[in-house]
Amino acid sequence: MIKSELVQKIADHYPELYQRDAENVVNAILDEIADALTRGDRVEIRGFGAFSVKKRDARVGRNPRTGAHVPVDEKVVPVFRAGKEMRERINRGS
Amino acid sequence: MSQRTITRAELGEAVYQRIGLSRTESAALVELVLKEISDCLAGGETVKLSSFGSFVVREKGARVGRNPKTGIEVPIDPRRVMVFKPSNILKARINREGEDA
Repeated sequence: MIKSELVQKIADHYPELYQRDAENVVNAILDEIADALTRGDRVEIRGFGAFSVKKRDARVGRNPRTGAHVPVDEKVVPVFRAGKEMRERINRGS
Repeated sequence: MSQRTITRAELGEAVYQRIGLSRTESAALVELVLKEISDCLAGGETVKLSSFGSFVVREKGARVGRNPKTGIEVPIDPRRVMVFKPSNILKARINREGEDA
């Protein structure tokens, strides 16, 4: 499923909602999560999972082809951990 | 700067602020979005949300694990797990790239 299909499913459930509004709903949710992570906040959605950020220290990397040393800057990466209910559902396949 | 935790309530509020719907409807829409994503994943299907990332279901084979406390070997059955692959756009956004170059 891609974003436009998700938007369509939302619109199908709410005939009174414009397609554009359904799209805004999905974008508002994803933006809110992304903004929280940018601030360094955690996003916890019970039953679904939790998003957080982890800091990766600067390191010296290697170009695998040439073997040359390349400095890799410190960075922040988003991480997601599925919630208990979600893990169980995925495993059951229902 | 202290760390906050964002929950369903804040997601509902974000929808409420952006779309002219009631708080109740906004909360219901957040639930529906989460349900549609969950249902899809439970069926083993990948969910790709462009500019955000993808949720992928992976099949893990059986392996022999070990209780770290006792050292006793325990079989781990094959299972399915869900992983999130953040998009490059999300990764750049979180690192505030292009903001303070």
